[in-house]
Amino acid sequence: MDNRVVGALRGLGQRVTGRIWRLGYASRFFLAILLHSGTSVRRLHLTIREIYFTGVLSLIIILVSGMFVGMVLALQGYDTLQRYGSTEALGVLVSLSLVRELGPVVAALLFASRAGSAMTAEIGMMKATEQLSAMEMMAVDPIARVVAPRFWGGVISMPLLAALFSGMGIFGGYLVGVQLIGVDEGSFWSQMQASVDFREDILNGVIKSFVFGIIVSWVAVFEGYDAEPTAEGVSGATTRTVVTSSLAILAADFILTAFMFTGT
Amino acid sequence: MSQESLVEIRDLNFSYDNRPILTGINMKIPRGKVVAVMGSSGCGKTTTLRLIGGQLKPTSGEVRVGGQVVHELDANGLYGLRRRMGMLFQFGALFTDMSVYDNIAFQMREHTDLPEAVIHDLVLMKLHAVGLRGAHGLMPAELSGGMARRVALARAIALDPMLIMYDEPFAGLDPISLSIVGELIRKLNDALGASSIVVTHDVQESLKIVDYVYFVSEGKIVAEGSAEEMKNSKVPYVHQFVWGEADGPVPFQYPSKPYGEELMERVGHRG
Repeated sequence: MDNRVVGALRGLGQRVTGRIWRLGYASRFFLAILLHSGTSVRRLHLTIREIYFTGVLSLIIILVSGMFVGMVLALQGYDTLQRYGSTEALGVLVSLSLVRELGPVVAALLFASRAGSAMTAEIGMMKATEQLSAMEMMAVDPIARVVAPRFWGGVISMPLLAALFSGMGIFGGYLVGVQLIGVDEGSFWSQMQASVDFREDILNGVIKSFVFGIIVSWVAVFEGYDAEPTAEGVSGATTRTVVTSSLAILAADFILTAFMFTGT
Repeated sequence: MSQESLVEIRDLNFSYDNRPILTGINMKIPRGKVVAVMGSSGCGKTTTLRLIGGQLKPTSGEVRVGGQVVHELDANGLYGLRRRMGMLFQFGALFTDMSVYDNIAFQMREHTDLPEAVIHDLVLMKLHAVGLRGAHGLMPAELSGGMARRVALARAIALDPMLIMYDEPFAGLDPISLSIVGELIRKLNDALGASSIVVTHDVQESLKIVDYVYFVSEGKIVAEGSAEEMKNSKVPYVHQFVWGEADGPVPFQYPSKPYGEELMERVGHRG
């Protein structure tokens, strides 16, 4: 019995120290990316290529999802606002929900699933097929040539995708609220214009999505680079990217919201 | 270090997590020669290449390439040395998002300021040397195994290296491709005046093209000599390896209890 308890405690201790060690390794990896980011600026075409792969190719899922989320918000919001006789505030409800919260968060979750997993799989497969080793042997640093451009491509794409998500969501809310249900169009737009503050709402939303972009891209490139070089290893790394970055997005969202919006 | 040796390995030991992989390795790779490192899978051949290329650091001993101790070099020194090395990986390791042309041009674009017109001529020249000039527009996924290996060979010699390392260059090739790759290794080495290290377990093909052979077993060099000496070797491991015998110093059976004892144990459990 005693031995089993000791064994369980030892196992727990090993898992905890293992996680801490991995976090330290991931932090050093993050610093290495920053130190090797010169190539991403000097050879901008590498970063632009990654913006295309992570950003442009994610457009469909982001735009379609944004539209549906905005449409659902309008339906649910109208139902609630109707009880208080303030349906003209529907535009405010839809836009603030999207710009402050749902735009950055849902876009980041979709981004992690679509682009983050693809980044991990690509880098993991490059490792498994010795392409990264080959690059090292050609005196080319894979962190500078492969990892950093993908990281910055993701960081730049994320706020743009979140903005498009919110824009499309507002359009979806307009279609349902104004065109389908019949809320007054003037009230919908004018109340939105009067209530949404650029610094408080839009800028904070952009900051959130920028932070989420760093989180998703960091997790994705790290998991790919650290993946066990087998099919099973790459598959596990891809799953970890989606799970870890999704949880990290939600946790970071809580912290950022607590700092940005509490008391305003 | 003797002047005629490009690579010299002295008393090299290497361990992974206290598990010895290489023990007391001494090797010399003379300039202009093709040297094979042979042995069964997992004996430490590829690890030796990685130590020469500076991708791993020895536990003790030293690896010198061109007079420089590899593991004492800083990052810039190591990258400087690697620019004078070429390596062909087991399955080519071509960059799958680039065409054949861009794979060959990769190092030229990374390390030189050559105009694109000159790079174009050089790439076609390298591809012509391996007989694939007409394949420059293809993607790696469109190549057969033998073609991919030849493209990887062209990429390995892109910057005219002084040392070319081959990790299992014959693995998984059909007899025609195997013969082509073997001939190319010899011809390119002689044409470039380079030195080559071929890590392989393909005896018949490699003994045709190499000048000298090291046999590695369980992390130690068990025999060395010319191809002819190895063919006639009386060392039991070398004899078994060269002639492909199923049983010998490398046993057919994985280590286990005597069969009778194991059967009796089962009878005892049932009783």
